[in-house]
Amino acid sequence: MAGGWSCQVTSRRWGRVTAFVLALLGATVDGGAQELDIHGFVQANYSLRVAEPAPGDPVDDFLLGDHRVQLELGSSSDSGTVRFGSKVDLVHDAVSGEAMLDLRETHITFGRDRYDVTVGRQVLTWGVGDLLFINDVFTKDWTALIAGQPLQYLKVGSDALNTNLYLGPVSVQIVAVPFFEPDVLPRGDRIVGYTPFPGLPVVAELPDRTLRNTELAARLSGYVGGFDVAAYAYRGFWGAPPGIRPDIGRVTWYYPHLSVYGGSLQGAFGSGILSGEVGFYDSRNDAGGRNPAIENSQVRLLVGYQRAFGSDLTVGGQYSAERMLDHDAYRATLPSGFPERPGTRHNLTARVTRTFNYQSSHVSVFFWGSPNERDFFLNPEVRHGVTDEAWVAVGANLFGGTEPHTFFGQFDRNDNLYATVRYSF
Amino acid sequence: MMKTQVNRVATRGRWIGVLALLGVVTTPLTAPAQTLTATEIVARSQEAFLAAGDDMRARLTMRLINKGGRERLREMTMLRIDLEGGDQKYFIYFHRPGDVRDMSFMVWTYQGRDDDRWLFVPAVKMVRRLAADDSRSSFVGSDFTYEDVSGRDVAADTHRLTGEEPCGDRTCHVVESVPVDDEAEFGRKVSRIDTLTFLPITEEYYDRQGELARVYTAEEIVDVGGHPTAVRRVMTDVKRGHRTEVVFDDVAYDTGLDADLFAERSLRRPPSDWIR
Repeated sequence: MAGGWSCQVTSRRWGRVTAFVLALLGATVDGGAQELDIHGFVQANYSLRVAEPAPGDPVDDFLLGDHRVQLELGSSSDSGTVRFGSKVDLVHDAVSGEAMLDLRETHITFGRDRYDVTVGRQVLTWGVGDLLFINDVFTKDWTALIAGQPLQYLKVGSDALNTNLYLGPVSVQIVAVPFFEPDVLPRGDRIVGYTPFPGLPVVAELPDRTLRNTELAARLSGYVGGFDVAAYAYRGFWGAPPGIRPDIGRVTWYYPHLSVYGGSLQGAFGSGILSGEVGFYDSRNDAGGRNPAIENSQVRLLVGYQRAFGSDLTVGGQYSAERMLDHDAYRATLPSGFPERPGTRHNLTARVTRTFNYQSSHVSVFFWGSPNERDFFLNPEVRHGVTDEAWVAVGANLFGGTEPHTFFGQFDRNDNLYATVRYSF
Repeated sequence: MMKTQVNRVATRGRWIGVLALLGVVTTPLTAPAQTLTATEIVARSQEAFLAAGDDMRARLTMRLINKGGRERLREMTMLRIDLEGGDQKYFIYFHRPGDVRDMSFMVWTYQGRDDDRWLFVPAVKMVRRLAADDSRSSFVGSDFTYEDVSGRDVAADTHRLTGEEPCGDRTCHVVESVPVDDEAEFGRKVSRIDTLTFLPITEEYYDRQGELARVYTAEEIVDVGGHPTAVRRVMTDVKRGHRTEVVFDDVAYDTGLDADLFAERSLRRPPSDWIR
C-alpha cells in the first residue's frame, strides 16, 4: 500500500471481490464463451464548498477529491442465453485519504425470448420522473448528487433477483432484494443537513437480515394508445427518510416498513413527451400518522413535459406534489420545538439543455424548487467533449431556502463548484 | 383519387411499394420509367432506400469530420423491420465510443403520425422517451437528421420531375421537392434518383434563402441479396464544412427478425445474437 492509504475492504466487500475475481477467471478460462469485453473509465472528480460555513460545520473545504478507475467486464455465451456484467470502482478519496473498492454491479443473466432472470448486484430503475422518483424506491446515494458526482452515482446497485416475463404486449418484472440497503444520506460529516439533535452522531440500524425482510417490487408494463403505461407495487422499507430515534449520546436512524402502489405513463403528446406518475405510500408502522418519528402515509404525483426546439435545444418541466395523508395527526403529535411541515409539498422543476459542436458538448441548467416550502436546488453544468473518449464537466450545486429545515434549505451551507474529468476506454 | 390516396398513405413502407408498382403496372409496360410521376418516383425511392427487404441488419461506422479534418467515430448496429401498412421499427445499439457504448435507441415509425422514440441510458439503467424535432434534430451528432435515417413522409413535400440526366455511370431522374408547410428545415430539395435501382444518388438541400445547405451522396452501391444498397454514404453540411461518412458493413436482408424484439426488453438487454 502506498503511504497514507488505508484499504477499506470490509468482509462484506471481500465477498464481492471474490465473486468478481471468480467471474473474471470463469470468463477467461471458458473457451466456449464469447470474448471478454473490458471497458471502463478513469475519472477525477473534485467539489469545492463555496458557501459560508457555520460554527460546528465540517472544516474541509472539499466535498470531493475523488480519483477512480471503473472496470467494466462483460461477456455472454455463444447463444446469448447466459451473460454476465460487472462494474467495479477502485476509488481513492483524497479528502479522507482512504482507498476503497466498490463493487457497483455484478450480475449474471439467464434469458431467452420470453423471459430473463438476472441475479446479483444490479442497478434497477423505473418510473418516468426526471430526478423525481415515486415508484422507484431502489437505493439511491443522495450525497453523490449533492456533492457533484456524475449522475450514475445517484443509483446504487441492489443485491437482487430480477425476473422479467415478456408476454407479447405486456411485460412483468418481479424483483426480490433480500439485503435491504437504505439510501445514502448526508450525516453531517462532509455534507451538513438539518438535524433536530445537533452534535449527536448518527447510527444506522438496518432491518435484520432475515428472509421475511426481503424487499419485493413488481412492475406490469405495456404500450397502450401510444403511451408506455406501467403499474407498480413495492413492499419493503423506507430507504429515505429514515425513522429517527434519539438515544443516549447518539441518534439512531431506522427503516420503518413501507409499501408503495402506483402507476405511470409516458408518450408523445403535442410536439413533445408527456409524463405522468402517481404513487400511494403506505407507511405501515405509522398507524394513523400518530408517530412523529416516522413518515406519514402519502400520495405522490408527478406531471412532466419535455420537448425539443430546433436541433440543439431541449426544454422540460415537471410539477409534483407529496401529500401527507394524516397531517392533522402529524401536527397533533409533533413534539414542540420541531419544525412543522405543510400537508402538501409542491415541487416545480425545469431543465434546459443546449448541445453544441455536434452534440459533443452541452450546457444544461436544472432547477428544482418548492413554491410553498420556499426552497430550491439549482444545478448549472457545462460539459465539453474533448475527444470521443474524454470529457470535462464543470458545474455548481446551489441550495437555498427561507427555512433551515426544508428539503433543500438544509443544504444551504453545502453550495459547491465541481469539476469532473473522465477518460473512457 | 389516386393522388389523394398517395398523399394519405404518406411514406416509405410496403404500401408505397404497392402503390408505386400499381402505377407501373397500370401504365404501358414498354416505357414504364417515363410515365412515373415525381411522387411515384420518390415513393419508390424511399421503398428502395429505406424499406428494402422485409427486415435488415447492418453494422454502421459513422465518421464525423469537421472543417479541420478532425474525426469523431460512432459504431452501431442497426436492425430494422417492416410491418404491415408501411410502419417500421428500428433498433440501434452503440458499440463505440466508450461514452455512448451500450446505449441503445429504438424508433417506431408510423404512417401519417409522429414516430415514437426511446433511448436507453446505460449509466442509470433508464429507458425514456426521446423528444426530438424530426427534420432538424441531428441523429447522434451527425449531419443526418432523424428524418434522413428513418424517412420523411412523401406527402410532406410536393414533388416535381424536372428531367433525366447522367449521374456518374448511371442515369437519374431529377426531382425537386418543396415542403408543403414551413416547418421543415429545408426550403427545397433536388434529388437525383437512379432510374434503375431508384436509390437516391445525390440530394441537395437548399435552405429557405435558396442557398445550398447540405448535400447527400451515395458513394458506393452494391447488391446485397438482390437489394441494391448504398454501403457508403456521405452527408456534407456545406455551410459549416462538416461532413458525416457512413459505411454499412455486414448488411443482411430478410434475416427473420422477430417484431417482438423491437421492445423495451431489447433496450435493457440488447439481443446479443443480432448485434455482434
